[in-house]
Amino acid sequence: MNEIHLPKTKVAELHAICAERNNDPGELINILHAAQGLFGYLPPEVQQVIATELNIPVSRVYGVVTFYSFFTMTPKGKYPISVCLGTACYVRGAEKVLEEMQRQLEIKVGETTPDGLFSLDCLRCVGACGLAPVVMIGGKVYGRVTPEKVRDILSDYYLKEQ
Amino acid sequence: MAQYTNYILVCGGTGCRASQSEQIIENLKAAVDQYGLEDTQVIRTGCFGFCEKGPVVKMIPDNTFYVQVQPSDADEIVREHLVKGRKVERLLYVNPETHELVPDSKHIGFYKKQLRIALRNCGFINPENIDEYIARDGYVALGKALVEMTPEEVIKEIMDSGLRGRGGGGFPTGLKWQITRKVQAPQKYVVCNADEGDPGAFMDRSILEGDPHSIVEAMAINGYCTGASKGLVYIRAEYPLAVERLKIAIRQAKEYGLLGENIFGTDFSFDIEIRYGAGAFVCGEETALIHSMEGLRGEATVKPPFPSEHGYKGCPTNVNNVETYANIPVILLRGAKWFSSIGTEKSKGTKVFALAGKVNNVGLIEVPMGTTLREVIFGIGGGIKDGKKFKAVQTGGPSGGCLTEKHLDLPIDYDNLLSAGSMMGSGGMIVMDEDDCMVAMAKFYLDFTVEESCGKCAPCRIGNKRLHEILQKITSGNGTEDDLTRLRNLATVIKDTALCGLGQTSPNPVLSTMDNFYDEYLAHVREHRCPSHQCRELTQYFINPEKCKGCTLCARVCPVHAITGDRKIPHIIDPQSCIRCGTCMEKCKFGAIYVH
Repeated sequence: MNEIHLPKTKVAELHAICAERNNDPGELINILHAAQGLFGYLPPEVQQVIATELNIPVSRVYGVVTFYSFFTMTPKGKYPISVCLGTACYVRGAEKVLEEMQRQLEIKVGETTPDGLFSLDCLRCVGACGLAPVVMIGGKVYGRVTPEKVRDILSDYYLKEQ
Repeated sequence: MAQYTNYILVCGGTGCRASQSEQIIENLKAAVDQYGLEDTQVIRTGCFGFCEKGPVVKMIPDNTFYVQVQPSDADEIVREHLVKGRKVERLLYVNPETHELVPDSKHIGFYKKQLRIALRNCGFINPENIDEYIARDGYVALGKALVEMTPEEVIKEIMDSGLRGRGGGGFPTGLKWQITRKVQAPQKYVVCNADEGDPGAFMDRSILEGDPHSIVEAMAINGYCTGASKGLVYIRAEYPLAVERLKIAIRQAKEYGLLGENIFGTDFSFDIEIRYGAGAFVCGEETALIHSMEGLRGEATVKPPFPSEHGYKGCPTNVNNVETYANIPVILLRGAKWFSSIGTEKSKGTKVFALAGKVNNVGLIEVPMGTTLREVIFGIGGGIKDGKKFKAVQTGGPSGGCLTEKHLDLPIDYDNLLSAGSMMGSGGMIVMDEDDCMVAMAKFYLDFTVEESCGKCAPCRIGNKRLHEILQKITSGNGTEDDLTRLRNLATVIKDTALCGLGQTSPNPVLSTMDNFYDEYLAHVREHRCPSHQCRELTQYFINPEKCKGCTLCARVCPVHAITGDRKIPHIIDPQSCIRCGTCMEKCKFGAIYVH
């Protein structure tokens, strides 16, 4: 396990998040949502802090974190990319878009690029099936994406960074 | 207060927002100001349903329907339509058959055949304004229930209407309420299941985004009937817009005294809280959903005890789906008799479907129960994309099955779909054409189930994994006929022995594709061939040297540089490095690339 040292101010905020919900284990999922909002992801140390605050075993926190796909234990990129693999997107060629993304970024699903710019994930249906296949980068939705368009979409972000 | 005579309705659903509808609204407002049109109001509504043609803009009172509007069109719409009184013809919907311009929404085939009950307000009102909901008889049903009716009378009305759960199971809603009512307990809960997990279904989200007050109202009615003072909405965190609008609706209802203490001056008090899901398909199952709300892993437990006896925090809990709730206020207002006059003998009312896949008009539709698949796919859906041939339609998502050409004239209701080997599910309807491989499709759904299985029971956790491995073997060309027998046996065992709805229905895509497309399975195992050329390991791309002009386009678009050849000389594909993405075939202008 990598050593992660949480900044003290953030730990204080995390304590506050738990306290706001009366350190109630029944609120664990809501607390994790808030904690992920604060840190961007849920590393083991964060889970340990929450477990101590709620007075429950860290295994229970870990069990919940790994059960739900919304929670992640790896930091996301500056521009998190999600390729929709809902059925509507799948039948309109989302798999090819995903493959092209992996090739262009040279990472696999669930990974983050070494420069920390992009992370790649799949999601199940954003409900914009009329625009299938759909890719989300941050909050922005790209519709009717084809493998050929992938390079153009990414290069916008590379340009922004330069 | 300003008096408006003209309204510009702009779709603010997730699909249209992704196509810049927010910018369109801003530009329209700016144009309305610029031309000094004080009698015109721009309103951001919920989803119109016609997502294929989004962003959609509708003019009231004349119902002119503009499609695929760009932010730069705003000025022209206001100037031409409102100032000069001329329609902007280039933005009108074109009838795909007659190629004529359609002047208003009432004449668009997509809407003509629909009957919108659950979606009655979506696309009509501003979901963030309670007054608009009230203006369309909102909260009248709640008032009627609380002031004029006893809980028993309301339950009887719902029972008589024949309403069945719209989340998938199809359990009679009135009966469910009655069971919860009869259990004696100091605290009870009513829950709205808004954990829409079926990939490709988005009706619950659209209702919450387009008409959140109808859910608030219906939950309060449910609370009155079952004796619960607390409502909980379990909603996906992936639906930020729906969450936001629901929060606004709850806040406004509290301000108006429609939630809180002593509603309508009666002794009934009711309050609603939001609980967030975190992305788990199994949480659509009642018991798993309740565990998730308690801050646990969303694992299903054996029923009985049913949630109506032992649910959230051990209290009696009544769980209903969003679409089910959306029907409740209308039933109370217009009566059980009216509602039960719509639909088939055992399935009353309407059903919302998310029509998607290889169909011309992707969108959200609502039709009376008993409408045939043909009317939905070819009438409302406008047929198959790019003039291809219809092959199958998957209803019920990962729990459902594939229906084929022979089922097209089947009237859609709960029981017909079940006996045809599929199910209603939450209403996802994915259309597939001749290019889709049904074995790969079954594998796709299994991918999903394997990932989403909660892991509690062995048939689902291990069985589905094995099913997936066999399908993987078949689609990569290593399958045998014995594998087909094994596939069917295992699928049947899982169906019979899994713990919850997810596991019991997960083999359905496999079984229904085996029943309807056995020849495709045989082609994969006997001839190691994929008839739809979709399974990559079984296909290979070739260039026909007689047709190839040596234009080099394919070599340039190939992402892995597998195509070589000099200018004006037929090119060659290296099968070793080819990843079979098909880009070359799509791009070739001479039809020189073929697949085997």
